[in-house]
Amino acid sequence: MSSNAITIPGNQIQSRPWVDELHQWVTTVDHKRLGILYILSALLFLTIGGVEALVIRIQLMHSHNNFVSPEVFNSMFTMHGTTMIFFVAMPVLFGFANYLVPLMIGARDMAFPRLNAFSFWLSFLGGLLLYFSFLGGSGLYGAGSAPDVGWWSYAPLGARAFSPGHSSDYWTLSLLVSGFGSIGTAINIIATIVSLRCPGMKISRMPLLVWMNLVMAGMVLIAITPLSAAQIMLLIDRYLGGHFFDTQAGGSAVLWMHFFWIFGHPEVYVLIIPCFAFMSEIIPVFSRKPIFGYPVMVAATVCIAFVSMSVWAHHMFTIGMNSYANSFFTLTTMAVGVPTGIKIFNWIGTMWGGRIQFKTPMLFSIGFLFQFLVAGLTGIMMAASPFDWQLSLSYFVVAHFHYVIVGGILFALFAAFYYWYPKMTGRMLSERLGKWHFWLFLIGFHLTFDVMHIPGVLGMPRRIYTYEPGRGWDTLNLIISIGAFIQAIAILVFVANLIISYFKGAKAGNDPWDAWTLEWSTSSPPLAYNFATVPTVSSRRPLWDLKHPEDPDSRYE
Amino acid sequence: MSLLRMKSSTLRFFAQTILLLFWSAVAGWTSEPNGSSSHGTNIFAPASTAAKSIADLSVFVLAVTGIIFVVVFALLVYSVVKFRGRAIDASREPAQVYGSTQIELAWTIIPILIVVVLFLATARVIHAIQDAPEPTDAVQVTAIGHQYWWEFRYPKLGIVTANELHIPVTEPGHPTPTFLQLLSADTDHSFWVPELAGKTDLIPNHPNRMWMDPQHTGVFLGQCAQYCGTQHAKMLLRVSVDTREDFAAWVRAQQRPAVQDAGAIAGRRVFEDNACMNCHAVAGTPADGRFGPDLTHLMSRATIAAGAATNTHNNLRLWIQDPSAIKPGSLMPAMKLSDADLDAVVSYMETLR
Repeated sequence: MSSNAITIPGNQIQSRPWVDELHQWVTTVDHKRLGILYILSALLFLTIGGVEALVIRIQLMHSHNNFVSPEVFNSMFTMHGTTMIFFVAMPVLFGFANYLVPLMIGARDMAFPRLNAFSFWLSFLGGLLLYFSFLGGSGLYGAGSAPDVGWWSYAPLGARAFSPGHSSDYWTLSLLVSGFGSIGTAINIIATIVSLRCPGMKISRMPLLVWMNLVMAGMVLIAITPLSAAQIMLLIDRYLGGHFFDTQAGGSAVLWMHFFWIFGHPEVYVLIIPCFAFMSEIIPVFSRKPIFGYPVMVAATVCIAFVSMSVWAHHMFTIGMNSYANSFFTLTTMAVGVPTGIKIFNWIGTMWGGRIQFKTPMLFSIGFLFQFLVAGLTGIMMAASPFDWQLSLSYFVVAHFHYVIVGGILFALFAAFYYWYPKMTGRMLSERLGKWHFWLFLIGFHLTFDVMHIPGVLGMPRRIYTYEPGRGWDTLNLIISIGAFIQAIAILVFVANLIISYFKGAKAGNDPWDAWTLEWSTSSPPLAYNFATVPTVSSRRPLWDLKHPEDPDSRYE
Repeated sequence: MSLLRMKSSTLRFFAQTILLLFWSAVAGWTSEPNGSSSHGTNIFAPASTAAKSIADLSVFVLAVTGIIFVVVFALLVYSVVKFRGRAIDASREPAQVYGSTQIELAWTIIPILIVVVLFLATARVIHAIQDAPEPTDAVQVTAIGHQYWWEFRYPKLGIVTANELHIPVTEPGHPTPTFLQLLSADTDHSFWVPELAGKTDLIPNHPNRMWMDPQHTGVFLGQCAQYCGTQHAKMLLRVSVDTREDFAAWVRAQQRPAVQDAGAIAGRRVFEDNACMNCHAVAGTPADGRFGPDLTHLMSRATIAAGAATNTHNNLRLWIQDPSAIKPGSLMPAMKLSDADLDAVVSYMETLR
């Protein structure tokens, strides 16, 4: 690493009419702006999906509640699931990947900037299409508004006989359109990492975040394509007289399940691997040590990617597969726990012997480690297929995957927000509000999702808009709902922090965390061209080398 | 190798201890509210062979994962507390350690061994439950899922009923398991009575099979577990496990055609002159519809509307008058009968014992 990565001061015109500014944002092909657009659109949909979750929780507060009708409840959980997976989790992770990958490999933009913009707008359009169903879903038949088929729309519920009108068409189209956006972004990430690394950035020197996003992008290519194919087949069924999934005409409901979950399970890893990436950057910096076992972390990531392609049917243990198939998917699912466990151990190994600084990003990272451990272990329980015959489709499984998605992915994302916000805006997020956010969210999360395991064990199925009294579910559901509101308050604190700190936060400077990867070598926020001169690196921690010329990493490589 | 064996025996010891504690807790919990008649939906209060072996496996898996949790959680807490940054050494960086092959190997191999143990334990249970042979004298039931109710047919006994399944209890030394063939008339459903068996889906064009051999009499509760449409929530399920004699008596009663009560002829005329008979069957009369539940012995059932309401005069009347008052989204239409017709048809229903 040479010292020539210093940027020249910005000479852009600062005050522009807001229409011009808006026009700049809409037409931008800059990876940083697109990254921020991805993140902002995800925050918008997070708010909407969160409100839907609260509607669900109010309805379930006690038995025989009449807050909403069954029709509304069913579309709420369908929209909540679809929104959170496709229009919150995917876009926000793509946003961070977009923003960070070029900066971390010393590139000036993504490989295909226009494709990048196109992909973002496809994703966003997909979200708008989904929500347009509230207006257009009734179609000519006046049936339904928003889709109410569940986020996996099992056949034949999505067939025209059971889902008249256009509500599930909007669902299909939104996933199809945003799916093309995801494929475009994945191609772009791969091309960028393969071809735009700065001099000296061998693949064995890439930051783990870059490695893991490379693996994630490869998985997107493999996982999204069967989903898109299935959506096209569903449209053919619905409008061109096809019979792929039309069981009334001899089609196969099980075929849809396979198509959906061969997308659906790798998708979980598409979401969690970038979060592993955040952890692998943030934990070392706040432990003041390099990541423990870099090559093993890379190997474990690739291993997870491979094995996770062969576990999809563990979502289908109850559909009556034969005992050999059930045993196979039990084995593969348990096996994926091994490389995942290795990662947890390596993060603990990174903290071991370090000097841990409990800044907000690190608090969220520690929360992630704890919750991801629990989520992994409940995952092992459900991998044991007979256990799953009881737990599957119950509130236990709802608790499990929210432990992964909220306890794991969302906590990692909050860590990432607090860690990279200074780079993106030039201002620090408030530590005080950050701690309020962390503790409130932690309490709310555990109140909701720890307790949620229990009704599952007591036989409460998911996706029911109401339940009978006397099953022992009432009190538990009340506690779960209270926790949900505490989480909502925490999210408000977070949003307030984002807004207030944007105007009043302390100035961040280039490198507020004393970190080691290339994005911290340039200004905050970076200028359009990222680096005045393209940097050259000679180790995995170029800024460490710069700050510790007496003991550079490059000596040990 | 001896180290490994010791490890697995310690593991088994732990597992057994936890299992014991767990079972005593569960026993205390479940024996308190129910005597024998009504059972809950707790997966850890199994009452059949399959449910019991699932519960045992579950406790074993819980024990193993519990130990892993304790160990890793302790490591995590220890490292967070022990290696927290102190103000004194803020300026100094700690020793830069990049990894260790031995440690990496250790935390790769140990999890692999745990996975092997868990997998073998699981595979045994899968095989024992799924590949159990069907005895020739087993009770056979065909369960058909409908939006939003259950149809039960006993092909060998010539019985058609709905929502409340009756099966015989298995007495020690004389097993009488019930084998169910699971079909669907429309969307996907799932048969789940937690204390009797794990759930199995009812999927159109994809016949499934499951079995149970309950060891206690009483009513076992359950409900549809696979989202099947608007009223998925009120597709409830009751399994009445009867003594051998009670079951035989129930079978005889169900095999008879419907009672022909001259006093209810007006109601029967309303039933047959309206669309009721297009969807409902009453054996021995022209009514032979199959979209809705068979009503031949309606009054032998404790509930109506797939368990959504108890089978009382008022509920029955309300249900016929306006099904959506009890179950919004139900496929049964409100027939808009006059009060006189409504009362007549309810009286007719009440003769169908």
